[in-house]
Amino acid sequence: MPTYNLNVNKKNHTVEAEEDMPLLWVLRDLLDLVGTKFGCGIGQCGACTIHLDGSASRSCLIPISSVGDAKITTIEGLSEDNSHPVQKAWKEVDVPQCGYCQAGQIMTASAFLEKNPSPTEEEVRAAMHGNICRCSAYNRIEKAVNLAATMES
Amino acid sequence: MTKIQTQYNRRSFLKVSAAAGGGMLIGFSWLTGCISSEAEPKELAIPKEWFEINGYIKIGDTGMVTIYSPNPEIGQNIRTSMPMIVAEELDVNWENVVVEQAPLNTGFYQNQFAGGSLSIRLSWNALRMAGATARRMLLEAAAKEWNLTISDLTVDKGVIKEINGERSIGYGEIASKAVGIEVPKEVELKEIKDFKLISTSVKNVDGKKIVTGKPLFGLDFQREGMQFAMIQHPPAFGMKIKDFNEEEIKSMPGVKDAFIIDTTIEKPGGFDERGFQELIAIVGDSTWQLMKAKKAIKANWEVVSELENSEMHMSRMEKALESGKFKEERKDGDVDSAFKKAAKVIERTYSAPFIAHNTMEPMNFFANVTENSAELIGPTQMPNALEGSVAQLLNMPIENITVNMTRMGGGFGRRLYQHFGLEAAAISKKVGGPIKLVYTREDDMSQGTYRPTYISRYKAGLDENNNLIAFSVKGTGLPESAVFPNRFPAGAVDNYSAGSYAEETNITTGAWRAPRSNFTAGAEQAFLDEVAELAGKDPIDFRLELFDRAINNPVGDKYEYEAERYAGVLKLVKEKSNWGETKPGVHRGVAAYFCHSTYVAEVIDMVMEDNKPKIKNVWCAVDCGILVNPDAAENIIQGGVIDGIGHAMYSQLTFTDGAPNEMNFDRYQLIRHSQAPEKIEVFFVKNEIAPTGLGEPGLPPAIGALANALYGVTGQRYYNQPFTTYKPLIG
Repeated sequence: MPTYNLNVNKKNHTVEAEEDMPLLWVLRDLLDLVGTKFGCGIGQCGACTIHLDGSASRSCLIPISSVGDAKITTIEGLSEDNSHPVQKAWKEVDVPQCGYCQAGQIMTASAFLEKNPSPTEEEVRAAMHGNICRCSAYNRIEKAVNLAATMES
Repeated sequence: MTKIQTQYNRRSFLKVSAAAGGGMLIGFSWLTGCISSEAEPKELAIPKEWFEINGYIKIGDTGMVTIYSPNPEIGQNIRTSMPMIVAEELDVNWENVVVEQAPLNTGFYQNQFAGGSLSIRLSWNALRMAGATARRMLLEAAAKEWNLTISDLTVDKGVIKEINGERSIGYGEIASKAVGIEVPKEVELKEIKDFKLISTSVKNVDGKKIVTGKPLFGLDFQREGMQFAMIQHPPAFGMKIKDFNEEEIKSMPGVKDAFIIDTTIEKPGGFDERGFQELIAIVGDSTWQLMKAKKAIKANWEVVSELENSEMHMSRMEKALESGKFKEERKDGDVDSAFKKAAKVIERTYSAPFIAHNTMEPMNFFANVTENSAELIGPTQMPNALEGSVAQLLNMPIENITVNMTRMGGGFGRRLYQHFGLEAAAISKKVGGPIKLVYTREDDMSQGTYRPTYISRYKAGLDENNNLIAFSVKGTGLPESAVFPNRFPAGAVDNYSAGSYAEETNITTGAWRAPRSNFTAGAEQAFLDEVAELAGKDPIDFRLELFDRAINNPVGDKYEYEAERYAGVLKLVKEKSNWGETKPGVHRGVAAYFCHSTYVAEVIDMVMEDNKPKIKNVWCAVDCGILVNPDAAENIIQGGVIDGIGHAMYSQLTFTDGAPNEMNFDRYQLIRHSQAPEKIEVFFVKNEIAPTGLGEPGLPPAIGALANALYGVTGQRYYNQPFTTYKPLIG
């Protein structure tokens, strides 16, 4: 099996994996970073969203062989002390119901706000369209993203 | 004060104390952590010693309090609200409370399940008693210490004070002595008006763990030496496994074993419903390698019963509807002659398809079966049913089986069913070691236990003054009817009949959030809207007239609802939504429904935007008795509204040759963020009635209000779910 060097949450890891193994399973099964969630495996639900060089990406669709030197950030590495504005806003609004999709929602929202720090409500809704919340906490997700946009990082 | 008999004795406390403090939680502590919950104490040190006061409460020598939450957490937030109820009666500072999941212990805790929106409703008294009993024991211990009686003492936030003196002592300092106090036979509960914590908004105790990605869910559970496992069930209902390319699969990279498991048990219970008893199991090193091996399976399946399709389902139900097979479940007056006399008669038929639960966390379970024991850890809404079924499967005494509950990535009824836990046990037994079974989304969506498909026909007759004089409903479905014979408008119409007939299918079905109500509310409330229109009456006034009838002169001797509370939520939503006010381009729909002992009325505002109907605002009025945690209650009602709208608009499972055509979110549509209402306001009726259901009742009326608002905005009535299939509308 080939060996890969990955930069995950600012740390270097060497893993042995089949070249088509999606990053989702590398993170969960090989690196014990289980914050990134499995929902559908076909890039439809967004539960597995991570940042790849700062862009929100579906880790279930990214084979390890295509990652290269890209910097991977997972929910565990979004901040050191859960102080990222999106995390703070999420707690303040008390968004989660079951909580399972939240890591993916937070990773999508944080990458989006990085690129668009003062979005309109319409832009927030469009940006979050790819992340399913089965409990349908959509109104609170929106509120938290809007709140995070007003917070200093 | 309310006095209440305690229902437990010292022995049961000791039993659960041993369980909670001992082996059952070992190895599980990664989930509960000592002080990592959101209520992380800010000033208190981590205790060196803990004292079990009772099975719900453990007090540390520093005053830190652990409260065990007995029931499974599926997103209904009981892991926060159940301990709040205990903490209220215990009189402890919430900041000093740490919450842990209790182990399954049917001998001590009551009703350790998540279903029927019953968690708080059934445990309200037990939780209050647990807190009050502990408080009393702590007080007695302090009184003994100071040679006083408990009437000489007061408590505030975990500190006991002498009324006529200077002495005070914290719960942490007296806890070691309270352990030796006899459990009181009777305890005093607080007056509702004296609640300090209940009815205040408390944040989710797992909030910090959720936003930082800590392991919480069954899918996150790991154990040293554990292998992964996956299953492959037959591709269609009506098929059974014959054999498969076992040797080839076993030789694939990372695959350790592959075999067929049989999970048949002799006496299956109601929660043993499942699609398939015999399945292919593959065990190996990583999820991905197993997913690849699953794709390489070449199996021979045999057809054992009819391979059904959706057209067949619909025609079976329609045929049943035309037949005379219906069992009359309620009859008031003379419906037939009333319809003959009626000046106007209206009849409409409504249907809804099979739908899947689609919890975001797919089914999974950890199992470690040895010769003499079985340990199961994972997401289950009904842990005691799993324990019983595993005992049967393994032919093992129930005492040798432990079940622990993880936080669940959604439930909606799906995890009331035990097959995945049973399959995990069967696989672990075969390989002789710990495994974690993981379903793919496709495994989950094609396995069954779906919401049944339903069809109901409603008929109403109005007299020349537009009074409702006759009403009938008959319903069928696969495999059950959704008709509730004694719900509204039973009791409000002189001539009323309700009948049901159950049709057969080999597609397996189960409870799906607000079972039957999730269809009936939409059908009935859309029908009443049409009847009100025919009568030339405002839809709210029309309903209120009927409730007046049920209040003043009810028809028949039993009907399930309290008409005044039902009318109450309608009046409240009418006021809050400024019903009657018209805005250009805005169309409104209203609905009210009663289920799970809770009353909910909703108004939905829709507009046309870019030739598509768009939901703007929703108002909800809810009467669920005492609110434990208002902000969380609002969250779950909002979620229920969107869930109802989403499934009625977009979701369905269809079948070809026994196989579901939708197996993942590419074809199965779930509502997404931009399709949700822009704003949902929730208003709760304030009263002192013991809490009733919250997880389910917000959903059913949303479907009726949606259908009625859609009519306003499109000029078309919607009878068949999902509404978009019949005329694609919202993108």
